[in-house]
Amino acid sequence: MTALDTTVRRSARAASARRAFNAILWRDVLVTGKEFWILLLQVALTPLFMLFIFAKVLSQANYVSDEYGHLLLPGIVALSAFLTALQSVAFPLVMEFGWTKEIEDRLLAPLPTNLVAVEKLLFATVRGLISAIIIYPIGALVLGSAPWEPARLPLLLVVLLLGAWVGAGIGITMGTLVTPARIGIMFAAILTPLMFTGSVQYPWPELDTLPWFKFITALNPLTYCSEGVRAAMVPDVPHIAPWICVLVLIISAVAFTVTGMAGFRRRALS
Amino acid sequence: MTVGGASAVSVRDLVKRYPKRPVNAVDGLTFEVSPGEIFGLLGPNGAGKTTTVGVLTTMVRATSGSASVAGIDVAADPVGARARLAVVPQRSNLDRSLTPRQNLVFHAAYHGVGRAERNAIAALLLEQFGLTAQADIKVDWYSGGMAQRLMIARALMHEPEVLFLDEPTTGLDPQARLFVWDRIRELRERGVTVVLTTHDMDEAADLADRVGIVDHGRLLALDTPEALTRGLTGQSVLDLVVLPSELDQPNALIAALEKVDGVERAEQVATGPELPAMAAGPGGSAGLPAMAPGAPGFPASSSSNGDVTGPDLRIRLYLSADPASLLGPVVAVLTERAASVSDVHIGRASLEDVFIDLTGRALR
Repeated sequence: MTALDTTVRRSARAASARRAFNAILWRDVLVTGKEFWILLLQVALTPLFMLFIFAKVLSQANYVSDEYGHLLLPGIVALSAFLTALQSVAFPLVMEFGWTKEIEDRLLAPLPTNLVAVEKLLFATVRGLISAIIIYPIGALVLGSAPWEPARLPLLLVVLLLGAWVGAGIGITMGTLVTPARIGIMFAAILTPLMFTGSVQYPWPELDTLPWFKFITALNPLTYCSEGVRAAMVPDVPHIAPWICVLVLIISAVAFTVTGMAGFRRRALS
Repeated sequence: MTVGGASAVSVRDLVKRYPKRPVNAVDGLTFEVSPGEIFGLLGPNGAGKTTTVGVLTTMVRATSGSASVAGIDVAADPVGARARLAVVPQRSNLDRSLTPRQNLVFHAAYHGVGRAERNAIAALLLEQFGLTAQADIKVDWYSGGMAQRLMIARALMHEPEVLFLDEPTTGLDPQARLFVWDRIRELRERGVTVVLTTHDMDEAADLADRVGIVDHGRLLALDTPEALTRGLTGQSVLDLVVLPSELDQPNALIAALEKVDGVERAEQVATGPELPAMAAGPGGSAGLPAMAPGAPGFPASSSSNGDVTGPDLRIRLYLSADPASLLGPVVAVLTERAASVSDVHIGRASLEDVFIDLTGRALR
């Protein structure tokens, strides 16, 4: 085998992998497009109810101040990016690996197994971003107003992108660990604590009276997404420095990508 | 990178041990499949058939040994191997988020088939497999047989060189089974190599050019179905109904028959209303009734000293050679002694007898 042969083979292999990757991505786009209203429900319902009850109902009843809405909305945007990404990879994976085996046809496509996992991550991240973009105007409608800092838009996008990526990484890790029989209990035991210890509903720097909770919250990667979004949308509210948010999010994203990919390979190849 | 030369499939000293399992699922398997051949992997449940197919289709990593498909080592170049093979699994793994037609089209897209071409091939295959009318409904609404047909069609979308079918007809009704068998034979005509795992003896005997019988991850026998059944010497019988000449003694006649080369033993069978029913099996070729104790595959013979009523003599010859080749010599002996033959029946060992002989009768 000459060096030229090797090069030709390698580039042919790369081209076939690229085509397969694009086709798998297109499959996900098509399936999501067909069921867009399901995505909308999945994305919007929990955060919107949270926003409506905490910021609208409780504020009308004078239990919370009007400004609370502007503190909560960034948290909700961060939550939906994170949660949507997590769910759009975790739920399907549990079923595809554990029960329907639907993923096998993609695993048998001529591309490295890792790239099938990368596609899952990429697509879930994009879905997370889209859901954050959808939730913002809807949230503004619920509240009647919304904070807007055009100058900080790049920070907002970076933090949301990283938050969605971390969510996707956690999703793929969970999706490859959980068996279909355990899906209910595992998601209840993991998702609910994640949602309520992620600084979504409160600013992290102001937790000094609850040091143990402050510590727990600091362990949740969602905290750094919420804080980063708050830094970008409502800079006047005390928040963790944006560079710390970005750094922690990058580290978590890489860590969960590694665990997720390892889990994916373990399930895909026995 | 090429292993196994011209073989379509080559497996050498393949071992697969799953973690935390005391025994190897595949334990030193070696076999080769030639291009265009239909190769049957036969074995009881848990024999290691599906694991072997898993290794060959890049979904299971071998513990040791090597395996190649279409000349490509599956461990060294799984991506290259995937482009040349296709798998039809035991259980449906159709993409339920897609329509049946989309299942075909996307499969081809994953394999880099161009848009116009893949749409055309999908339409053609849907027609061939009788699914055109149900091509755009939900996959969930498909029956088991329809799903199986769709999975075979899907496997053909990227024109694989080697097709793996894992128990392709388990759970199908007879019509669907015959349909699938016909499609598999068509593939052979098109030069596609087919590896099928099954524990259906008729399927193996009917379809496969060669059969490997596997148990406990090891290859027990490997040959054509005919050679395998022929190999079961002493397990074929020739049943005769003769009218001896008035001068002859039955015992002398039997003794004469025993002297024929290839006849191990001859005995007189009690005269029933007729010979035990030797209806052709479902596969057509195997002429043996259900299992009986003693010699596998044969009805128990009753006492040879039973009262003989009527002039007809029923004799059973136990053979160590191919029954067809012994017909002539046996008839010659009878003619010499002026006995007239009124019925002859060959009881040939079936693949099932070979299978039971090799793998035992214990339940898995």
